Amino acid sequence: MNGPAPELLDRRLLFFTGKGGVGKSTMAAATALLASSIGKRVLLVEVDAKGDIPAQFEQAPVGFTPKEVHPGVLAMAMDTEASLQEYLRLNLRVPVIGRIGPLARVLDFVATAAPGVKEILTIGKIAWEVREAIEGRADFDLVVVDAAATGHIVAQLGAADAIRELVDVGPLRNQTQWVSELLADPAITAVNVVTTPEEMPVAETIELVDNLRRKVDVPLGSVIVNRVLPELFTRADEETFEALRAPEPRALLTARVGRGATEVLDAARLAVSLRRTRAVHLEFLQQSVDLPLMYVPYLFVRAHGLRVTRMVADALGAEMGL
Amino acid sequence: MTPRRREADTPVTLEQLLATKEIVVFCGSGGVGKTSVAAAAALGATVRLGGKVLVLTIDPARRLATALGLEGLGNRAHRVSPEVLKAAGIEARGELWAAMLDTKQSWDDLVLRHAPNEETAYRILENRLYTNLTARFVQSHDYIAMERLFEIHASGEYDLIVIDTPPTRNAIDFLDAPARMADFFGSRLLRWLTLPYRVGGKRGTRMLNVASRPFYQMADRILGSQFLQDIAEFFLNFQSMYDGFVTRARAVERLLHDKRTTFAVVTTLEAAPLHEAERFCATLVARDFHLGALVLNRTLPDFLRDPVGAAAAGACIDEAGALADALLEPGDPALADRERIARVLRTVGESYRNFSVVAMREAELRAELARVPDVIAQIPTFEHDISDVDGLDAIGRYLFKGPAA
Repeated sequence: MNGPAPELLDRRLLFFTGKGGVGKSTMAAATALLASSIGKRVLLVEVDAKGDIPAQFEQAPVGFTPKEVHPGVLAMAMDTEASLQEYLRLNLRVPVIGRIGPLARVLDFVATAAPGVKEILTIGKIAWEVREAIEGRADFDLVVVDAAATGHIVAQLGAADAIRELVDVGPLRNQTQWVSELLADPAITAVNVVTTPEEMPVAETIELVDNLRRKVDVPLGSVIVNRVLPELFTRADEETFEALRAPEPRALLTARVGRGATEVLDAARLAVSLRRTRAVHLEFLQQSVDLPLMYVPYLFVRAHGLRVTRMVADALGAEMGL
Repeated sequence: MTPRRREADTPVTLEQLLATKEIVVFCGSGGVGKTSVAAAAALGATVRLGGKVLVLTIDPARRLATALGLEGLGNRAHRVSPEVLKAAGIEARGELWAAMLDTKQSWDDLVLRHAPNEETAYRILENRLYTNLTARFVQSHDYIAMERLFEIHASGEYDLIVIDTPPTRNAIDFLDAPARMADFFGSRLLRWLTLPYRVGGKRGTRMLNVASRPFYQMADRILGSQFLQDIAEFFLNFQSMYDGFVTRARAVERLLHDKRTTFAVVTTLEAAPLHEAERFCATLVARDFHLGALVLNRTLPDFLRDPVGAAAAGACIDEAGALADALLEPGDPALADRERIARVLRTVGESYRNFSVVAMREAELRAELARVPDVIAQIPTFEHDISDVDGLDAIGRYLFKGPAA
């Protein structure tokens, strides 16, 4: 299945996941920028707090409290301890803040061995912000999450369900119920998987899509293929290119443009091979995943930061038909 | 890079480095090609240094796993058949072995080994917290990978063990894993958490002192008492393994610090992985681990930064028409169309310029690297995927080359 997914931006909660190094953060930032450009206000949540997200807007790292990093884009970094304190304050009306201390430390220790605690604090905070947005209490319409990588996302999305399997009664059980419902609503939530047209990212994407379908009840949005290399030649043009690489034309070309001619021809040869190797993986992805695919070209630019975010946002906008 | 004083006996090639080590840990952020580089290093060591070499890999691409004969082996180590190597034209002096990491099985083995008796072991293995912990949550990868490394090293079966580290959110998490484990099981907090159950047992009479009562009330309100009891029971059982576990975690940590162990950081020359690699190098040095090598993977060829190439690319674009006239060859169907030749020339010129922008960005990032180990290897972007022994051998040729210019 191919084609744009313009309705994606009408949802309230968009996750971006994928294998490490494929450009998740860039896609999340670009989607936030794109949504802001059509008049939405966005909360961009960085789950792995590496500070990559604000850098995509040329801003210094942000904390747990959302900060505007671009007109219409607020950003925050997830902090499970702060999330726990907020949860206790809001849900349990804990009277003495000092008592959270030892409990937070215990939970931190438990979280080391049973990281489900961290996952639920993360997903709970995100869901809470989304509910605030839906009920009109927040100053944003859409929550975009630079989520955990492939290996971790299923645990993160499934944390609420997992807690309910373990906890039979009590407030924690009740308070995870609405989180699961919100995550399962296709009008609200979509998980997007970012990949590149390379062997491992494609294999992980296929596996992840399958895992998400089997293990968690969260709607899938699209697969975004990043760093797609351009096709240099049509078939006829490629024959001409190959003919030019033969010794005689090459010598002729070298006589006219200098000995760099060989380097130029070799560079094009490398570009063609790289594209071809990736095309095989791309084709396999197209055959194996029945989700809308969006393509973002490889960017041959010197810049990073906002300039790149903008270029990727434009590419995504074009794919969504905006 | 600023030149540094080098001691005469400091290794400058990976071969020299590996000749003095028993363990090499490959690390770096996700997607930089760690697994292939680790496998190539192991193969290279087998060829160049001989002996029995094991590559312990966490999550290999399927085709690579197949090439190494790893499919469906679980935790079992397996010798890569000499015929497979010979077929690729590789004469190995030593034996290449390969193994994968099965997290769940490794945890189960650990429990069976450390539990005081079989009954406790099975109570732990069947506890639903335990199954959740080990099966669902990946963070347990960190510790168990290092634990397996220790186990294999202690077996004394291999001259060299090459391990590629699990994909973690933070590439250095696994360094802390043994200490974290030991801390956790030795913590007073854990004892506190399990206290009422140790005193009151299953009869449910929770003997709480005044000081801890608010804490349990709070924990009850959040977690529910059944869950709290599950946790407590699990940790009570787990605590019976305390001594074995802590001793073991400390031993694992000592092994990582041992001078026979070295770390190799793998990165591509892209901004994000490179920054992660720099952070990683700094942390290793600060914590007194041995930083042995830096591997720059999938770099673009140097000719993309050659001014002569840039000049030729410019000429191909600007003088495409005139060049096409000169190259026109009516007898050859591929060179019979002037327009087509001109278009192809412009395309190759543009493509060179595009890739040269990326190559220059890479060179700039490389020059910015502040702290680097003595051994630096640079592996070019290959036109095709690395999915077989031939490919690993090709990586190895660059990996084991002398100091990069």
